[in-house]
Amino acid sequence: MSLQLLANVIVLAAIYALVGSGYVLIYRVSRVLNLAHGELMMVGAYLLVALAGLFPLNPPLALALAATCGLLMGIAVYAVLMRWMTGEAVLAAVLITIALGILLRGLTILIWTTQQFYPGASFGWRNPPVHLARGVQISSASAALVCLTAVVYLGLLVFLRFTRWGVRMRAAGQNPLLAEQRGIRLHGVYALAWGLSTFTAALAGMLLSLDAGVDLNMATIGLKAFPAALVGGLDSLPGAALGALIVAAAEIAAIQYVDPLLSDVVPFIVLLVILAIRPWGLFGSREQLDRV
Amino acid sequence: MSDRSALAKELSLFGTPARRLRLALAFAVLLVLPFLATPFQLDLLNQVLLASISALALMLLTGFAGLISLGTAGLLAAGAFTVGVLFREIAAPFWVTLPAAAAVGAALGLIFGLPSLRLRGLYLAISTLGLHFVVVYLGGEYEARQTLSTGIMVDSPSIGGFTVSSGRAWYFVLLAFAALALLISVNLRRTRTGRAWRALRERDVVAAALGINVTRFKLLAFVISAAMTATAGALFAYFRNFVSIDAFSLYLTVQYVAMIIIGGMGSLAGAILGAGFVVLFPYAIEAAAGYLPARFGNMVFALDYAAFGVVMILFLLLEPEGLLGLWHRLKNSLAARQSGAKSTTAPQ
Repeated sequence: MSLQLLANVIVLAAIYALVGSGYVLIYRVSRVLNLAHGELMMVGAYLLVALAGLFPLNPPLALALAATCGLLMGIAVYAVLMRWMTGEAVLAAVLITIALGILLRGLTILIWTTQQFYPGASFGWRNPPVHLARGVQISSASAALVCLTAVVYLGLLVFLRFTRWGVRMRAAGQNPLLAEQRGIRLHGVYALAWGLSTFTAALAGMLLSLDAGVDLNMATIGLKAFPAALVGGLDSLPGAALGALIVAAAEIAAIQYVDPLLSDVVPFIVLLVILAIRPWGLFGSREQLDRV
Repeated sequence: MSDRSALAKELSLFGTPARRLRLALAFAVLLVLPFLATPFQLDLLNQVLLASISALALMLLTGFAGLISLGTAGLLAAGAFTVGVLFREIAAPFWVTLPAAAAVGAALGLIFGLPSLRLRGLYLAISTLGLHFVVVYLGGEYEARQTLSTGIMVDSPSIGGFTVSSGRAWYFVLLAFAALALLISVNLRRTRTGRAWRALRERDVVAAALGINVTRFKLLAFVISAAMTATAGALFAYFRNFVSIDAFSLYLTVQYVAMIIIGGMGSLAGAILGAGFVVLFPYAIEAAAGYLPARFGNMVFALDYAAFGVVMILFLLLEPEGLLGLWHRLKNSLAARQSGAKSTTAPQ
């Protein structure tokens, strides 16, 4: 594999890892699979489009505002919708997220139509290529994405391990009943998980839109990140990073050496293989799994 | 539109003492209906009948056996592409392609069902989702190989020298298939297989302890359901005279899942009601969009998406029993009001 391919794999893995962390956060804390994650990520990118139109001269402000909106959007989704699904069958909660995804898609088209937007162009930013060693180059937005993914993962790991709210989140994920009896407010914890999850998704969506624009296809990228999260184990953050690397490598290799049409299906083939041999994923906890 | 509510009314009367009479009446109405309906209404009816077949199939799997599948669109695509490929490559007639589609569906059902032996719930749904993408890839790959960027054209089928192309002819063909699907479902439900599925749905460990062959009945549910769905896909190919992989997106699967939820989980009448609701919904939205500002008028499909999402959310949150639950609740509250009125007036 040439070095350029390796660089491409790392960029794609960073995208999947950043988006996949959102699946893991929500699943780990509340055992809900959020199938609207791709759409939420897409809406995050469109928020940047809107804010870039408002503040074309102040990119940091637009980026910060869009990321904050992403965080608030996740909390709002929990407060308005998912809160009512606590204690319901897991499937009903998943179906609600599917319905939410459809709703978000419809609203996105109604507000922004189906055309492609380039928020980077509003800032007058050209996304210059970054030259790495030996002629290998990636775009600036991709480089930023890789760095951001590393920062987000580090931040999440520290947050979950050492901070008060992080410990509460882990406790709620391990045993909601005991956690609640110790005085942890589950609704707050769940809302925080949704907020953080959508925040990271919005970050990923924003950087992707700076790189290649945004249209409705971005939701598909979000869905393809799900196999990455599952391959590593749906309740393990380091697992999601490794899973992202595996899925990205398989996808790039298939595109390069077999057939470009495979791009959309390879993540799901990897998913099927993992489900067949090790359904709880590489790092997932085995006893929690809904297995026969 | 009035025709559908008549149909809904007939179906909701299942289980009353005069059941046979009602069934005969329903049958008579269904036979007369195509002669009263306009071509547009007839097309809607045909779409509902076609959707009912797969909705019934999904209800067997999810509503009866408790096995969750997100593979409906993939299976429909498999059936449609079996017809498309056989028609294009060897000009195979109706009576070859249809059994072939059912056989392909059954084989795929076996594959879709294998993960259910190890996984359940969410993880099973995910594995069928993965298989959906594999099937769709294969279809797209065939289209790309044949450089059929627009899809495959399929001629109308001819049965006994009679070409089925008019809306009315299709109505009777689809009615026959939907009735067959309903008959199969009713019979499966009331026999040994149905009882085994019900036990599986409640708790598969207990089912196994009761001596039910869990492996066999789980796979049987997948195979029967998938064969029915693929047959519906084959009919879809003939009905539209056209097969393209773009028609079989994940959204189609979601629509079928929505049918069995909106109709009423675990009930065959619910599957048909849900099919009617989901099929007619975009047309209702289109009609409503006529009253909205022009800006929304030319984005009907987006409006349809958003409204469908809202309706699905509302049903899941407020009425998980679906339309049937709504109907029972309405009936009960009416009865309660009547008896309440009686009891308040009685002492006077």
